[in-house]
Amino acid sequence: MTTEPAGPPDQGPILEVEDLTTTFSSPRGKVRAVDGVSLSIERGRTLGLVGESGSGKSVLSRSIMGLLGSTAERTGRITFEGQELGDWGDDEYRSMWGTEMAMIFQDPMTALNPVMRIGRQITESLRFHLDMDASTAKETAVALLRSVRIPEPEKRFGTYPHEMSGGMRQRVVIAVALACGPKLLFADEPTTALDVTVQAQVLDLLDEQQRERYMAMVLVTHDLGVVAGRAHEIAVMYAGRIVETAPTRRLFADMKMPYTEALLSAIPRLSDPAHTRLLAIGGRPPDLVNPPQGCAFTPRCPYARERCHEERPELRAVEGDPSHLFACHYPVDSQETLEIKDQLAARKLLATTPPPEDHDGR
Amino acid sequence: MTDLPEHREARTKGVGLAPSLTAQAEAIGVDIGGTEPDVPEGRRGRRKGLGIGAWLAIGWLVGLLTLALLAPVLPIADPTETFPAIARQGPTADHLLGGDALGRDVLARIIWGARSSFAVGFGAVALGLAVGGFLGLVTGFFRGRTDALLTPLMSLLLAIPQFVLALSLVTVLAAGEDVSSLRRIGVVILGLGIVSIPILGRITRANTLTWSQREFVTASKAMGAKSWRIMFREVLPNVVPAMLSIALLGVGVAIIAEGGLSVFGVGVQLPTPSWGNIIAEARGQLRQAPHIVLFTSLVLFLTVLSLNFLGDVISQRFEVREGQL
Repeated sequence: MTTEPAGPPDQGPILEVEDLTTTFSSPRGKVRAVDGVSLSIERGRTLGLVGESGSGKSVLSRSIMGLLGSTAERTGRITFEGQELGDWGDDEYRSMWGTEMAMIFQDPMTALNPVMRIGRQITESLRFHLDMDASTAKETAVALLRSVRIPEPEKRFGTYPHEMSGGMRQRVVIAVALACGPKLLFADEPTTALDVTVQAQVLDLLDEQQRERYMAMVLVTHDLGVVAGRAHEIAVMYAGRIVETAPTRRLFADMKMPYTEALLSAIPRLSDPAHTRLLAIGGRPPDLVNPPQGCAFTPRCPYARERCHEERPELRAVEGDPSHLFACHYPVDSQETLEIKDQLAARKLLATTPPPEDHDGR
Repeated sequence: MTDLPEHREARTKGVGLAPSLTAQAEAIGVDIGGTEPDVPEGRRGRRKGLGIGAWLAIGWLVGLLTLALLAPVLPIADPTETFPAIARQGPTADHLLGGDALGRDVLARIIWGARSSFAVGFGAVALGLAVGGFLGLVTGFFRGRTDALLTPLMSLLLAIPQFVLALSLVTVLAAGEDVSSLRRIGVVILGLGIVSIPILGRITRANTLTWSQREFVTASKAMGAKSWRIMFREVLPNVVPAMLSIALLGVGVAIIAEGGLSVFGVGVQLPTPSWGNIIAEARGQLRQAPHIVLFTSLVLFLTVLSLNFLGDVISQRFEVREGQL
């Protein structure tokens, strides 16, 4: 629903994924890292993909990008700009990589080649894809470095990655990914390896570049706080499935899935008094070789009931809001869950209040 | 913001403190240039020195190599000419290192011998590096079927005692009586080169495997680079230091192995000298004329020592660079 007059004429989502499943073969059997995921993203918008380690969010983005190699098996439909990617291999994908879709990697320490000057790491793809000559490529690369706020880009052009700090390197990684003007950018935990003070800068930079270039962006993170102010939509993943998805505002205003709620309460708040215990989600994500029969979150869910163990909830829309989907039998605002919440709160209160005085006078 | 006097005082104090702090930080080599350390232009080119040992080793090798290359124009005796007067004699003014059993000038033979020894050493390793390095790179990078086929083959070659393999290869390849000495050198290079293929191949493969899993390889792929391009331009430059370091060790081993082959009579063909065959020929004269073996062994020893030392220096520097990441 873009109303900006500056927007390109192309309509409809740039990327549509339908029922994508990615499995890996392991000695113990097939691992379903991504299990029946559907999503779509429009030009100029940001989708936040949230989940804890091992929830399949990185595999999902790499799967769409076709970067998983021959060990992974992919089924489902991926449509990019109206073109179905089907079972594309490296050769078909190569025409898309860099120019149509690009990826920013998590660790700037390993995402740059240590023995290649950063300038050349940018010009490589410019010369290869856009047929630039050496001097034009250099000018473009310097301009790119400037646009990602690297001071003295002409000088930095000839430096090696180890001569830069982590934040600067991540900016270079971003410049490399943006070089050929991709229409879809995957940012795979772009700030996880960075200092907190640099995180916001890098995220702001990504935001700014995304707006300027009118790109679609998939921001993969384990931190709901990172996507809260930046993504237009958020998809929460658990055990390879999307368990809740909604426009950002709707999600935070009215979350349905206990997992989303748990993720949110795991973020420490400034307003909490000092020494407040950090809330962690107990337990571990389920084994993806033998996924549980029912809802995958059941073993860790405080509100789980009999039905959750037996029957896997399908994604369904919130009444009156088709953009908000969730997969839960007893969402956090259902009668059943509220009951348990009350009980839990009562138990907690009992545990923290001192026992009443003895009346015997002893 | 209110400008309280305490604030102002603190600020002026801070200003007064700053230069000394900076100086201190500079003195201990700490970069306090804000959140983003600024690397000055000059520092980029300057690297940690190699150390005196490495320079001595380089000097020895380069000097010897120059002597060997210039042997035909140097004012030394013909290595095959015999001077009956100096047979089994120690150093004299005319013949600095004395003469061998037949009265040939030992200095001349060592210098001319360096030509064949270096040719064998570098030639064999170059062959091993070209073939083994390439195979290692391809199997480590692409893995899959090529790897499944080639790597066990290499392990199989490694299972055969290296020297026995080289000996049989050279014996078979140089069969026949009238083999020219140049051809013989070629055969020795080929034999030792084949033996070094699996060794260099394994090392290259192991390094390629680790570097290929780095994220920058995926990143490069995600930018649309072709596999061969990634292999040669992204992975290979990172693997080269390890290859180079093992190759230098290999040169020393090959030079010594040629001596071993000479003992069995299949090294470089006499009368063309090589360090190996000088020692092999004179080993019967140890009691009467120890200087022949002594001088040649000394040169051989220093050369192999230099090569090993340089190999170590390279591998150490390579580790440091990785540690900086």
